[in-house]
Amino acid sequence: MEFVVHLFDNPNASWVITGCLLLGLSSGVLGCFALFKKYSLMGDAVAHAALPGICLAYMLYGTKSIGLFMIGASLAGLLGALCIGQISAHTKIKPDTAMAVILTGFFGIGIVLLTKISQSGNASQSGLDAFLFGKAASLVGIDVQVISVVAFILLAVTFFLFKELKLLCFDPQFGKGIGLPMGALNTLLMLMIVLAVVIGLQAVGVVLMAAMLIIPSVAARYWTEKLNYMVILSGTFGALSGILGTILSALTPNLPTGPVIVLAATFMFFLSLLFAPERGLLAKLLRHLKLRKKIVLENILQSLYDLSEKDYVKGKSPHTGYTIAQMKHLRPHHQTDIEKGLHDLRKQGLVVNTTESSKNNWSLSERGLQVAYSITLNDRLYEMLLMNQAQYGSIQVDQEKGRIQDQVSEQTLHELQGLLSDYNRKPQLIPQLAYKFDKKFRDYYEGAPSKGGDV
Amino acid sequence: MSHGAWIILIGSLVASSCGFIGCFLILRKMSMLGDAISHAILPGIVLAFLISQSMDGIVMLVGATIVGLLTAFFIQTLHNSGVQSDAAIGVTFTALFSFGVVLVSLYTSQVHLDLQHVLYGEIAYAPWELVTLAGIEWPRAVWMMGGVFILTMLLVGLFYKEIKLASFDSQLAAALGVPVVLIHYLLMGLVSMNTVAAFESVGAILVVAMLVTPGATAYLLTDRLSRMLLLSIGFGTLASFGGYYTAVLWDVSISGSISCIALLLFVLAFFFSPREGLVSKWLSNKKLQKEHTIKA
Repeated sequence: MEFVVHLFDNPNASWVITGCLLLGLSSGVLGCFALFKKYSLMGDAVAHAALPGICLAYMLYGTKSIGLFMIGASLAGLLGALCIGQISAHTKIKPDTAMAVILTGFFGIGIVLLTKISQSGNASQSGLDAFLFGKAASLVGIDVQVISVVAFILLAVTFFLFKELKLLCFDPQFGKGIGLPMGALNTLLMLMIVLAVVIGLQAVGVVLMAAMLIIPSVAARYWTEKLNYMVILSGTFGALSGILGTILSALTPNLPTGPVIVLAATFMFFLSLLFAPERGLLAKLLRHLKLRKKIVLENILQSLYDLSEKDYVKGKSPHTGYTIAQMKHLRPHHQTDIEKGLHDLRKQGLVVNTTESSKNNWSLSERGLQVAYSITLNDRLYEMLLMNQAQYGSIQVDQEKGRIQDQVSEQTLHELQGLLSDYNRKPQLIPQLAYKFDKKFRDYYEGAPSKGGDV
Repeated sequence: MSHGAWIILIGSLVASSCGFIGCFLILRKMSMLGDAISHAILPGIVLAFLISQSMDGIVMLVGATIVGLLTAFFIQTLHNSGVQSDAAIGVTFTALFSFGVVLVSLYTSQVHLDLQHVLYGEIAYAPWELVTLAGIEWPRAVWMMGGVFILTMLLVGLFYKEIKLASFDSQLAAALGVPVVLIHYLLMGLVSMNTVAAFESVGAILVVAMLVTPGATAYLLTDRLSRMLLLSIGFGTLASFGGYYTAVLWDVSISGSISCIALLLFVLAFFFSPREGLVSKWLSNKKLQKEHTIKA
């Protein structure tokens, strides 16, 4: 901790931290728009394509000035981006291939120019290499000032054109329809991406600048469905990884700043991937397990209902109980799943052990019969819908949303009930008791007011 | 053989082998995956070096192929879990690449495995590292690249029909019982092997030029896969010849100028391809316009 405090005292270190913070912030914000426009890899292409521009600027003026470098890099990057667009617009070559061709071709030109420069024997050429891998540690006051000004302009433009950029990402056709210059906006977005890449080259280098555009925005995408929150989050992720990377690399000798910044961003991405609510892997797993359990419970109830119904029709008492093997035969599940399900159902009072001594004989309780009847009826109505796709194909029913009875018209319901009788699928064992569900199950199966057709 | 002839031979082998396998990347709309794999194998190379403590070609080939396959797997997994495909590629390769750069700067500062070497390679030094195999003393790069090229041709030749079908219509292929996923990983494995075999001579970044540009040039000239494959080998060889002589003429980086010539060939095809080219399209447009005016 002492070290960190010391870091902020050191003027050079605080320049570096400020630079990386602003860089992460602006590229994180722009990355969101790049993500939705499918320009994510464009950052990579632009960053590589900028190399010949930097070399040419150096060759023409012979000095290492960040201003000149940025102009050269921006022009070359923009030219590369335009070439990619033209190639994919005029030939059958897809944008990704065009990107790879331009990226490597421009980079090759850059390498050739670099070797030419190194032969000229100019002493100050060594600094050009820093553009490839970045040397955040060598950022000085003037660099950070340039980065700050550009980052501030980028953020301001994004802020004032937020609505327009949003439209560009999600519905450019509509934008055109209401008279916005979508083509110009697209070029502007491209130019902004190029500028974000160019200010980042000095700190994290060509190869990793793409990461600063992509990773924070993909991480932010996990947490929210709203673009404005996503932009804020993504900017924060970018800024945080900038700070974190700089501090970590300053603490360890020999650790380059750029890659550590990217690794810090990757770490945040993994956290988001695992723990984000709704979209995260953990949340998905929990939802999946919950659904699986629900299906096991429903299947057990339905199996017990089917078995009871069969006996009832034959005139036998359905209260003798049924074995797990019989349930498994009707609807296969793992033995342990069924046992656990039965245990849960007994706790809810829906099934009972018919004999106290044996644990392997189960039957529906009175309440269980009510619930099982409701599930079975619903399922068989759905069966009828599916069996008569030709007739009912147009009806959209979602089994997750509740009972079929409440999702179709009364006319259809009537027809479906007729079909149930025709196919001899009408549930025969009708619960005679008044509805006395506990609240949980009433919400589950009987939430909506009935249109009839139950009993 | 003279030094220059060896360089041209190595360059042609790299360009032909990569160009050949690159055609499938282009057709499967995975060109940037080649870029991703060529960056992402860096940690594989470094780890293989750290474990074996040698720069032995075979060990690196194995290490990098494994990491290349892992990259393809990560990208696929991320894509399946709902990340847009280009973003999935971007996240995976930049993360792996940074990991590789960190490994290089932490553990290998004492030895001859610097970033410059890995990323640009230097084809000019390749002919001097000789390896004797079966009594013949050839440069190591020729053995490696030649071996990978033959293996690539052999595997693609054996499963040509299946790979072709899976590349053009993967759903039909799957319906006919072709193991589409296996073929995907077979191709990715070949791409990784080609990349790592080539990285020593042309460098990780310029491998992508060899992977995509000759194939893209060929794609502009033909609609048949077999011709595209042959043409891409031809363009790759042409680029390495042209690149070498340009580099000698101007005294610049050989691998850099090879990729410049590859780009030049692509630009020529972009303008002058008989059917796809801009000029020919413009000419046929003009002709059509003229005919129309005469009729009117």
